[in-house]
Amino acid sequence: MSDIKTLNDLKEGQSAKVKELKSFGSIRRRLQDIGLVEGTEVKCLQKSPSGDPVAYLIRGAVIAIRAEDSSNILVI
Amino acid sequence: MGNMKKSIGASAADTGLLIIKAEPSDNVIALAGNPNVGKSTLFNNLTGMKQHTGNWPGKTVVNAQGSRSFHGENYIFVDLPGTYSLMANSKEEEAARDFICFGNSDAVIVVCDATCLERNLNLVLQTIEITSNVIVCVNMMDEARKKNIYINLDKLSEKLCVPVIGTVGRKKSSISVLMQKVDNIKNTVKKTTQVIKYSEPVEKAIEMLEPAIRAKATGINPRWLCLKLLEHNDELLGAIKSHTGIDFDNDSDMKEKQKQVNEYLLLHGIDRSRLNDIIVSKINETSESICSDTVRYDKSSYRKYDSKADKILTSKLTGFPIMFALLVLIFWLTIIGANYPSKLISDVLFGLENLLTELFIRINAPNWLCGVLVQGSYRVLAWVVSVMLPPMAIFFPLFTLMEDSGYLPRIAFNLDKYFKKCHACGKQALTM
Repeated sequence: MSDIKTLNDLKEGQSAKVKELKSFGSIRRRLQDIGLVEGTEVKCLQKSPSGDPVAYLIRGAVIAIRAEDSSNILVI
Repeated sequence: MGNMKKSIGASAADTGLLIIKAEPSDNVIALAGNPNVGKSTLFNNLTGMKQHTGNWPGKTVVNAQGSRSFHGENYIFVDLPGTYSLMANSKEEEAARDFICFGNSDAVIVVCDATCLERNLNLVLQTIEITSNVIVCVNMMDEARKKNIYINLDKLSEKLCVPVIGTVGRKKSSISVLMQKVDNIKNTVKKTTQVIKYSEPVEKAIEMLEPAIRAKATGINPRWLCLKLLEHNDELLGAIKSHTGIDFDNDSDMKEKQKQVNEYLLLHGIDRSRLNDIIVSKINETSESICSDTVRYDKSSYRKYDSKADKILTSKLTGFPIMFALLVLIFWLTIIGANYPSKLISDVLFGLENLLTELFIRINAPNWLCGVLVQGSYRVLAWVVSVMLPPMAIFFPLFTLMEDSGYLPRIAFNLDKYFKKCHACGKQALTM
């Protein structure tokens, strides 16, 4: 395990704050639009049966994010 | 305002949407909002139309319009596709933005979901940046009440500097309150509102560029256009060119000015993508602070019910079994259940066929005519009706039930990984 923690590392029930988005282009805009900016509190609610995607509570809304995207979101 | 109205038909036609006005004095009202906030229900109740409403995002791709009269005036409502943003990341967002920018609507109603207002405010704030003729309609107030969420609408209105109303999309009383607000907004003098204030260098940059843009008189909010120019939003420039004929790309003065301002921003360490981040963060920050001032939840019960059901419907252990059981049940009901009405209908219809044949014999109709009409056309029709109608009459109501219960997004969530493997996404499970 590295020191850098991403959204993908959260276990069900854990919360974290967004530190940085590593993704680029339209997916970055998309993530920002759903409220993932620096300092946003995110709670990991529920993994899907196959483990991917995972549902997160973001600014009062439940949003599913795939591992390929959540692993580009650094959190603290 | 008068000269703006003339161009509605032409400019809207470019987005594939032609507004048909009965009278030049008709008011055009756009309905914007996030996906799945009850926009289509509201639209149907406003216009008396029966556009199908669905419980998954992206349903309203083709824009619909309908009209209603109120206090002797005619209003044309345009249902824009549901979007989270107007940054034009997708076709729907582009269509919504283009209509808000170039559609010359008299007002834009932004429909919000009261149960997650903060996320919805993102779109509200982006819309307010483009036009100040906005009415915010906080929908699903009944749902919010159930979840113990309380929203101070007056305060929200004060913060956003636009009228705000709370509605329950299905209720008639909500519609008349909304219509009253729509009626009011066109009679009030518009003040330019500036809800979002960026950090010093960005505001300074806007100040530097704005006079030049104002001089172009595009009919688009100059402050917003400044930001977009500084972000180098080339796609928007193309849209401006096709809608208004103003070509910023080949305007050397403008280019020069823009370069200066961008250099100024760079001095403060702000390049294009940084500027974009600043804008998005600021909008989010503003939503957050507005919400913390206007929304109050009773934390204890909030989301409890929802998450318990979700745990069962999408967990590793029970998610798939429940899903397959439900699908099997629905197909079983459709296929087996349809047999009985099918039998009934075919008995009646084929009974009729015999009568028809007898009738043709009695009136001495030629054999070939009887063949074409009765054994040909009628029999095919009878078969199709008796075989196809019952399964459809059973399957669609069941599907609607699933839709209304909100189970479909859960299926998408469960299946996404497998659909991704075929380069699709979970949402497509619904189509299958």
